Amino acid sequence: MVDRSGTPLVQMRDISVAFGGVKAVDHVSVDLYPGEVVGLLGHNGAGKSTLIKVLSGAYQGTGEILIDGKPVEITNPRDARANNIETIYQTLALADNLDATSNLFLGRELVTPMGLVDDAAMEAECRKIMGQLNPNFQKFHEPVSALSGGQRQSVAIARAVYFNARILIMDEPTAALGPHETQMVAELIQQLKAQGIGIFLIDHDVHSVMELCDRASVMKNGQLVGTVNIPDVTDDDLLSMIILGKMPGASAA
Amino acid sequence: MAHPTSQGLPAQASRNWLQKLELDMRLLGMIGAFVLLCIGFDLFTDGRFLTPRNIFNLTIQTVSVAIMACGMVFVIVTRHIDLSVGALLATCSAIMAMTQTQILPYMLDFGLNHPATWIITILVGLLAGTIIGAFQGLLIGYLTIPAFIVTLGGFLVWRNVAWYLTGGQTIGPLDENFRRLGGINGTLGETWSWVLGVVLTIAALWVLWTSRQARARHGFVVKPLWAQGVLSAIFAAAILGFVAILNAYEIPSRRLERMFEARGEVMPEGLTMGYGVPFSVLILIAVAIVLTVVARRTRFGRYIFATGGNPDAAELSGINTRKLTVKVFALMGFLCTLSAVVASARLANHSNDIGTLDELRVIAAAVIGGTALSGGLGTIYGAVLGALIMQALQSGMAMVGVDAPFQNIVVGAVLVLAVLIDILYRKKVGA
Ligand SMILES: Nc1ncnc2c1ncn2[C@@H]1O[C@H](COP(=O)(O)OP(=O)(O)O)[C@@H](O)[C@H]1O
Ligand SMILES: [Mg+2]
Repeated sequence: MVDRSGTPLVQMRDISVAFGGVKAVDHVSVDLYPGEVVGLLGHNGAGKSTLIKVLSGAYQGTGEILIDGKPVEITNPRDARANNIETIYQTLALADNLDATSNLFLGRELVTPMGLVDDAAMEAECRKIMGQLNPNFQKFHEPVSALSGGQRQSVAIARAVYFNARILIMDEPTAALGPHETQMVAELIQQLKAQGIGIFLIDHDVHSVMELCDRASVMKNGQLVGTVNIPDVTDDDLLSMIILGKMPGASAA
Repeated sequence: MAHPTSQGLPAQASRNWLQKLELDMRLLGMIGAFVLLCIGFDLFTDGRFLTPRNIFNLTIQTVSVAIMACGMVFVIVTRHIDLSVGALLATCSAIMAMTQTQILPYMLDFGLNHPATWIITILVGLLAGTIIGAFQGLLIGYLTIPAFIVTLGGFLVWRNVAWYLTGGQTIGPLDENFRRLGGINGTLGETWSWVLGVVLTIAALWVLWTSRQARARHGFVVKPLWAQGVLSAIFAAAILGFVAILNAYEIPSRRLERMFEARGEVMPEGLTMGYGVPFSVLILIAVAIVLTVVARRTRFGRYIFATGGNPDAAELSGINTRKLTVKVFALMGFLCTLSAVVASARLANHSNDIGTLDELRVIAAAVIGGTALSGGLGTIYGAVLGALIMQALQSGMAMVGVDAPFQNIVVGAVLVLAVLIDILYRKKVGA
């Protein structure tokens, strides 16, 4: 069981984001405790990606973000990284023309004492982390455009876990993966959770949310339907929240 | 040496000896085309094309466009374009011409050909070029006006700012020391050219060796020793061969006599001296080396390529792509000034039409050199080679006696053809 007696690792309070007239995220509040996995569920276009992009610094919204109970300003991706927030984006956000190593270290290159990028040292690190995540991976010298969907995904995952994240955001991390690789990501999530990392997991598959998450927040049309403890609900409860936009039991009452 | 910035090939099933050398196949293709071109012209001109004299001239004619093409690589790699470089060259040239012929000698009482004039002039020019470039970059990066529009406007603005500054007059003759940067009037001489050649060779071999050592230290596969040796030999031969050719172009004896007279000496009987490497070529070499290091070994360079490959990904990785745009255009402006120095010094004057059509030559050189307009791909050495190919084509046709209109028709067709070949090649290797 996750200990929720202390201060939450992350609190997002009353977050709203609008694109033109579209309220992509409408007064949503979610939180996350250390060692916890919180699932974000909802239809396509519900606003899940937009919500987590506020936390990762890609979008600006209104509302408040607290880390360890302290308000923080996250106005760009650098701020998020400085707060140990790492993100695996749905689009992966890889520079297709660069190789895996350059993508892994993009924005945080290792440099030699002379200030030049140290490709050999970075490649050695990249080989280490990829060896853990995807032992079959060998294409270190090719642009990532030459990689398969699963390989690209593993590069994006490596980038998020390499830098000692405390808060990890995973936006549909298994979308491009086969069953075996999906299982590996599930194991990775358990491992990271055991290290006390807090994870926001966006996933389409209700079953894997039931399996991996401690709580789930469901969104519909930009609004938060509700947050439930996974042990208290069934697959069907979650599905009806997603589809009907109502809390379980609300209809029974 | 597979590198994010090199257009590396995916490993193919059959690893032949060429692949063991880990050379850029595209570069080899370009060098091959260039060599064929030169040999062809040499045959058609009864051996007049590949003489030391003509190679020397070809080299100094290429420098101005090649310097700007190096900067254009970064501009195009970040998915922008700069149509204003020829006009910006004119403005920088005009500013420097006024500085060295009016402001410094008369308004500030330096007198003519003061030893500090050329250096102050160049610093003023570099400052102006960089500021103008940065300003255009600001409009593009922060105000998000497309680069095409900003630099199309810049094309008109700077061409006519140059005109306004000089009243449309040809300004000259330029400062004596300044003119030494144009080409034939300022060369290293044989001895220093050899020194330069040896230093460059040692540096090249050292870089090859240390990057091999760095890979070996981490236990990676390195290319076999023989391949390393062959590669080193090719580099050394290319550098020293180039120096030998430029040294082989001898200063005419009349001119040599006058040089001795100017120094109050008498020329020894039967003395011959080669020109050696021109200072302008030295500037190009320095620019190409520095920018290659920037592209491959600095964060700035890595971010340029990342931004070109996927601007959103770069932004999400915390790269300030707007600031990057300003820096790239500021660098372009800086290089336009360097080209303006070389171009005006070569002509010994600032003329109102200096740099006309250069924007097109510069873009063509970068593109022939393998820079993809879709962004993310390109090399500095490719752009220099592209500029050299264009210049060889132009001068070769002039020597063969091709009519002027046909020269431009051919150059235009070659540009389109080069891009077509590039597209087909990339499809074939799946890059
Ligand atoms: N950059 C954007 N510009 C305009 N509208 C956007 C943008 N990003 C997302 N939206 C809109 O916001 C809404 C939520 O999208 P998103 O957060 O991607 O949903 P989800 O991840 O839940 O599928 C959708 O209506 C989408 O069209
Ligand atoms: Mg989404």
